[in-house]
Amino acid sequence: MAVKVLIPTPLQKLTNDQATVECQGTTIADLLNSLESSCPGIKGRLCDDNGELRRFVNFYVNSEDIRFLDGINTALSDGDEVSIIPAIAGG
Amino acid sequence: MSQATQTKTQSTAATFRALKCKECGTEYEPKAIHVCEFCFGPLEVAYDYSEIRRRVTRESIQAGPHSIWRYREFLPVDSDQPIDVGTGLTPLVQANRLARRLGLNKLYIKNDAVNMPTLSFKDRVVSVALTRARELGFSTVSCASTGNLANSTAAIAAHAGLDCCVFIPADLESGKVMGTLIYSPTVMAVQGNYDQVNRLCSEVANTHGWGFVNINLRPYYSEGSKTLGYEVAEQLGWQLPDHIVAPLASGSLFTKIYKGFREFVEVGLVEDKAVRFSGAQADGCSPIAQAFREERDFITPVKPSTIAKSIAIGNPADGVYALDIARKTNGTIESVSDAEIVDGIKLLAETEGIFTETAGGTTIAVLQKLVAAGKIDPDETTVVYITGNGLKTQEAVQGYVGEPLTIEPKLDSFERALERSRTLDRLEWQQVLV
Repeated sequence: MAVKVLIPTPLQKLTNDQATVECQGTTIADLLNSLESSCPGIKGRLCDDNGELRRFVNFYVNSEDIRFLDGINTALSDGDEVSIIPAIAGG
Repeated sequence: MSQATQTKTQSTAATFRALKCKECGTEYEPKAIHVCEFCFGPLEVAYDYSEIRRRVTRESIQAGPHSIWRYREFLPVDSDQPIDVGTGLTPLVQANRLARRLGLNKLYIKNDAVNMPTLSFKDRVVSVALTRARELGFSTVSCASTGNLANSTAAIAAHAGLDCCVFIPADLESGKVMGTLIYSPTVMAVQGNYDQVNRLCSEVANTHGWGFVNINLRPYYSEGSKTLGYEVAEQLGWQLPDHIVAPLASGSLFTKIYKGFREFVEVGLVEDKAVRFSGAQADGCSPIAQAFREERDFITPVKPSTIAKSIAIGNPADGVYALDIARKTNGTIESVSDAEIVDGIKLLAETEGIFTETAGGTTIAVLQKLVAAGKIDPDETTVVYITGNGLKTQEAVQGYVGEPLTIEPKLDSFERALERSRTLDRLEWQQVLV
């Protein structure tokens, strides 16, 4: 299940400065483990000690916020694009 | 403006020293970054307050420029000549007629509907962000915007000679689109809502070396809103109000007004005092008000559907901080319907002669609701922040403000029309009374 992951600038030190990473995973939770094995340390940046996503981290699957889908259990299909975005201010 | 340089006799080093994570406290050099690498928390500018206290007095501020730059020591820039297009120092109007209508005694309107140059509070944050962008060496600036920010970024970039590319949702009010295009930036109208525009911009910011005012320049940008706190304190005669009511979109403005008040206390410019902070949202986009009502400490994002587009942020980045401030200051966060927003716009116009946009209508309608619920003491000094201008969102009130009386250029035609309009007025009164 190959998925394209867009990596935000603050995490690119862990991906050898790559802005996108190809990854495997059937769900977001699964993807996080797969990301961790290819980019050690990344999961600890995205999740707190209980394994929950940190409150300022947003995940999108094909442009949809996973909180409108099934959260961390959102299913992934081949060719999906996952974007990791820090919370930002607006107006 | 020239006064800025005249009053600054010695070259002064910056009063800010670092960016600091609001969550875990990790410090970073003050560059174009906005997120903590370790916990993803937002970064905020850290100042040397003893140095500010040493440099600033009420008199030195009053002798400064007639703009936000009179508070320069509290802002994260180190240029000798920041970009000054006369932004800030907007009127603080004592709103006696609105107060009487609502049953309040000491009500003030902070009127950023007439802020310069683009008629919204965004000129404050953009003046700071673009000054800092120039210091950091950016030649292209950008933003994700619900309209007002696009207007402001495009205008001030034009003044500063910076290239500009702005991203807006494709369904914005035409006044806001025109008010951006006129400055000749590149405008990307994204087919999606603001949250989608914002996500796209974050992705662009990862790969293009642009200064996005509300993304990688956000720690500097957001500090500009503190001037709304400073000005109110100065205009009230160097004292803090008892209660403020402000609109909530991302929640940033709300938290920065709070920070502005606290900083003035910290450096001894005003006496410490408890100020209640109440926030206003539209029912059609009220994630912070919902969390407040349900006593949650996290925000569940929503998909916006409201005429109040300038505050329609479904995934508010500073929502949790706004919640925290409303709770700890004994304030409230409320929301109102689109119909109430239109009524709020009309009420402010009819009683105070101020034509605000939908965000201001939301704030006035929430003020009304709080008064009705007994959540504002009539004797509290209450300041309502009006952050944008109604000429930009005319669609919102189209059909609710009546029509002109068309007459022939003859006296009797005028007399007949006048009589008719008086009769209509009386009928309206009767309807209200019955």
